[in-house]
Amino acid sequence: MNDVSLIQVENLYRYYGTNCAVQDVSFEVRRGEVVGFLGPNGAGKSTTMLMISGNLAPSAGRILINGIDILDDPKAAKAELGFLPEQPPLYRELTVDEYLAYCTKLNRIVRDQRRGAIDNAKQRCGLTEVGHRLIGNLSKGFQQRVGLAQAIIHSPAVIILDEPTVGLDPIQIREIRGLIRDLASEHSVILSTHILPEVQAICNRVQIIHKGRLVLESTIEGIQQQLQGNSLLVAFKNLPSIAELDAIPGVEEIETLADGRVRLRYTTGHPPSDALVEMSVANKWGLSELTPEQISLEQIFINITCRDESLAEPDAGSTEVAA
Amino acid sequence: MIFSIAGRELRSLFLSPLAWAILAVVQLILAWSFLVQVDFFMQIQARLPTINDAPGLTQLIAAPLFGNLAFVLLLVSPLITMRLVSEERRNQTLSLLFSAPVTMTEIILGKYAGIMLFLLLMLAIITLMPLSLLLGGTLDFGMLASGLLGMVLLMASFAAVGLFISALTAQPTIAAVGSFGINLMLWIVDWAGKSRSEGADSVLSYISILRHFENMLKGVFNSADVIYYLLFIGMFLIFSIRRLDADRLQH
Repeated sequence: MNDVSLIQVENLYRYYGTNCAVQDVSFEVRRGEVVGFLGPNGAGKSTTMLMISGNLAPSAGRILINGIDILDDPKAAKAELGFLPEQPPLYRELTVDEYLAYCTKLNRIVRDQRRGAIDNAKQRCGLTEVGHRLIGNLSKGFQQRVGLAQAIIHSPAVIILDEPTVGLDPIQIREIRGLIRDLASEHSVILSTHILPEVQAICNRVQIIHKGRLVLESTIEGIQQQLQGNSLLVAFKNLPSIAELDAIPGVEEIETLADGRVRLRYTTGHPPSDALVEMSVANKWGLSELTPEQISLEQIFINITCRDESLAEPDAGSTEVAA
Repeated sequence: MIFSIAGRELRSLFLSPLAWAILAVVQLILAWSFLVQVDFFMQIQARLPTINDAPGLTQLIAAPLFGNLAFVLLLVSPLITMRLVSEERRNQTLSLLFSAPVTMTEIILGKYAGIMLFLLLMLAIITLMPLSLLLGGTLDFGMLASGLLGMVLLMASFAAVGLFISALTAQPTIAAVGSFGINLMLWIVDWAGKSRSEGADSVLSYISILRHFENMLKGVFNSADVIYYLLFIGMFLIFSIRRLDADRLQH
């Protein structure tokens, strides 16, 4: 992977009236990266994406697409980006072929390359069969694919997808995800979603936005590390005393849960599972369950987005970079 | 680029039954008015040679036909222009144009060119009726050309107003009502001046979109009339561009 940063966003602000939808958002996306933009509803995901795609002017800040400032030279910058908004911008009265032909003209693809660009986009998005059908008669999944084809038809450096898998069935979701991973080899992709497993499945990097601020920026590996918790869930037929458990090396904290199971917190990196099993056999505790507890991305997400009070202070919500 | 957008606009117009219905209804109404004029001409034809400086075929048939077309367009042009921007805004397809390497000016001029092509087509079909008189008579081509020019400028003005109003809203029906209101207001604004002092009268009749058109219909080509229309069209196109650009900006 190469180090060219294709999207550079610096100190972006956007106000709607007096309501600040996005404040001080800065990040970079390099070639070959898929960045997942996470956030609860109304966090500013779509606003940020609309600004990067040139649909909204930022109140303050700078956006560079492939090194070109989108406010100084919108034409050149927009030639480098493909955008799929939440609602795909489709003309229902046109056929897929007519629509894509119009898109090639809008994106100033030279005449003799248009045919090839249309065929390529149709093939990548699995639209070859439906070229002659009216967009209005296609199913939601196919319409979403036409929207995607529109975004990649001019092979832009940057592809921006706002909730690309919303409203699709599981098979279509899998196909679209595969396609996005495929695209990432040549382009850089930003996608917004509130489906957390989706991010784990396709992104290299995660950014969580909350109340208009970027509150977490991390690689997926960094997140995975955070996800590995430091606790075990255990259950016994004959519950040993707290003191006995506490004596196991590495155990730091013991918590008895309501259903009779016990949560053992241990020193990070030294799970006491071996010792626990040996002692259970020796003392006839009858160990019946031993599960390493995982923090889900959901948990991290909720932890971050629920820290409302701390966010109120100016610096508390600053970027946490793991890994 | 402008022509790609115009082409899409024209294609979408003809893919909906609205354009066909409008063409058919306008054609029907004007054919009726044409027949009435021809009939009238037949009745008075015998007496014409006795009148000094008698009106000719063009003046008796083509000019009233265009006058009627202008009135019909006043009602019909808002229906054609209403969807230009408002429907794209409502269906959220504007972002396709906004994120493509196209300027606001190109978007507006493209849409305007699309609608003008449609209106010119309508005018061409209707002009065939007076031209058919050539089978049995002669026309005053100077007068016909002046009338046609006036017609084109009037259409272009209605289209510019319609485009601007359509850019203001997300509801096509509101755009139609709005542009019809403005067109009609500009049409009748000189009524107010008639009973007033000389000054007010001349200002109001100068503003009236109809006065300038009537001159041209009579075969009087005055550059002031042409400039009036060009300024009018230019102003509304610039307003439209500004309005569309304002979608991006902070409110």
